[in-house]
Amino acid sequence: MIYLIFAYFCLSTVGISIMALTRKNPVHAVLWLLLLFLHIAVIYLFLNAEFLAMVQVIVYAGAILVMFLFTIFLIGAKELPKHKRYTSLFEGRLLVGLSLTATFIAVFSSAEAKYKGKYTIGYIQEVGNVKSVGMMLFNEYSLALLILGVILLIPMIAVVVLAWRRGDDTP
Amino acid sequence: MIELLIMLIKTTVVFSIVLTHVAYTTYAERKIIGRAQARMGPMEVGPHGLLQPIADFIKIFFKEDVVPINADKFLFQIAPLIVLVFTMINLTVIPFSFDFVLADLNVGLLFILASASVSVYGIILAGWSSNSKYSFLGGVRSASQVLSYEIALGLSLAGVVIAAGSLNLRDIVIAQHETIFGMYAIPQIIGFIVFIIAAFAETNRAPFDLPEAETELVAGYLTEYSAFRYALFFLAEYVAMYIMAFLCALCFLGGWTIPKFVIAIFPFLDKVPGIIWFAIKVYAFIFLYIWVRATLPRYRFDQLLNIGWKVLIPTGILNIIVIATLKRFVL
Repeated sequence: MIYLIFAYFCLSTVGISIMALTRKNPVHAVLWLLLLFLHIAVIYLFLNAEFLAMVQVIVYAGAILVMFLFTIFLIGAKELPKHKRYTSLFEGRLLVGLSLTATFIAVFSSAEAKYKGKYTIGYIQEVGNVKSVGMMLFNEYSLALLILGVILLIPMIAVVVLAWRRGDDTP
Repeated sequence: MIELLIMLIKTTVVFSIVLTHVAYTTYAERKIIGRAQARMGPMEVGPHGLLQPIADFIKIFFKEDVVPINADKFLFQIAPLIVLVFTMINLTVIPFSFDFVLADLNVGLLFILASASVSVYGIILAGWSSNSKYSFLGGVRSASQVLSYEIALGLSLAGVVIAAGSLNLRDIVIAQHETIFGMYAIPQIIGFIVFIIAAFAETNRAPFDLPEAETELVAGYLTEYSAFRYALFFLAEYVAMYIMAFLCALCFLGGWTIPKFVIAIFPFLDKVPGIIWFAIKVYAFIFLYIWVRATLPRYRFDQLLNIGWKVLIPTGILNIIVIATLKRFVL
């Protein structure tokens, strides 16, 4: 039974991504993406990563996808560039496809199905999923986390600089 | 199999109790606002108008369901369901007393935040699919408002999570009961205030009910809706109010427990069942919702976003820093 449900979610993520890619209406495409993110969250649940599942929904479905919708709404689908150079450039497709394939090959060839350090299944069951993710992030990868924070801060500053209105009409 | 049946019965009981409460919250709202404005409120149907919610329900159930001709039909019809489903689903993780919770999730608090962020889609879609400028503006307003205040809400709840050391709502209440004050509202008063303001904005209620500001937008994203789909939005709004009240009672007011120092003074209060304390706290928060609606005028939209980003979020971050320092060095 549980395998059937897992198989459904795995197959439907593929199907939904194809649906999302082929929609003509960008709003519909975003909604298929929403469905996709919810399915991915369920797959995380199958992997016993409940924290990741919730974060997936909060961050991707709740924040990033809403930003996509905003962009589509505010720019308007009709004003999107129609020129062939922007919509279907053969070299661009080739580049994206090849680089994605290269990334997949690089990731999957170096991946090993074993646990590193003390983070075994038993350990995670003992201290809990959220706690073990937190311990790992803030102890072993604290420098990476700090750098990520700085990287995320830079676009924020950039946006403020871009949106800064000089003059006295600021409310 | 028998477990599934018990689960089903429990779910039905919880949902029907909450929906009855929702029906009579509309009645209470009209009565209290009426009294606040020196009116009587509904008086005609039944004694003191007590059957008014039922009459409203029957009326709205038999009205015609109109779909605008240029609307995106499927999305228009499914939008109220998205809002309602992702609001009602939160009821499953709420512990109503020590041993009554439908699903004892380890990440219960995150679950509520996650489903709240998904239910925004229903509102945006309702606005977009109606193909009307008022609906659309209302939907976009609502989305930006909920997005902005979700951060403040999360930050205020993060203080609770740090202090309790758990994301499980039941563990939060138990950890809270162990402290001297018995409720986090006292040591975390900054977080509590941020939470209340963010909760009001998150549920699109007065004074932050800009998505449905009548004077500017007719009825916002609800403009093109009629009959039962309109009622579904209202149902979802009131259930969301109750979710926020539950969350407030659980995370800041001690849930089904009362502080130990109160029991030390009045020992007989220990005999009162926990669900009653929980209900009192929830009713108090719902009353606050209605009271504020009767009292405060609506904010302008730029004021709303300014409060969210320039006041509440820095205050929430400050709250986290204070709580983390206290947790590390004092407790």
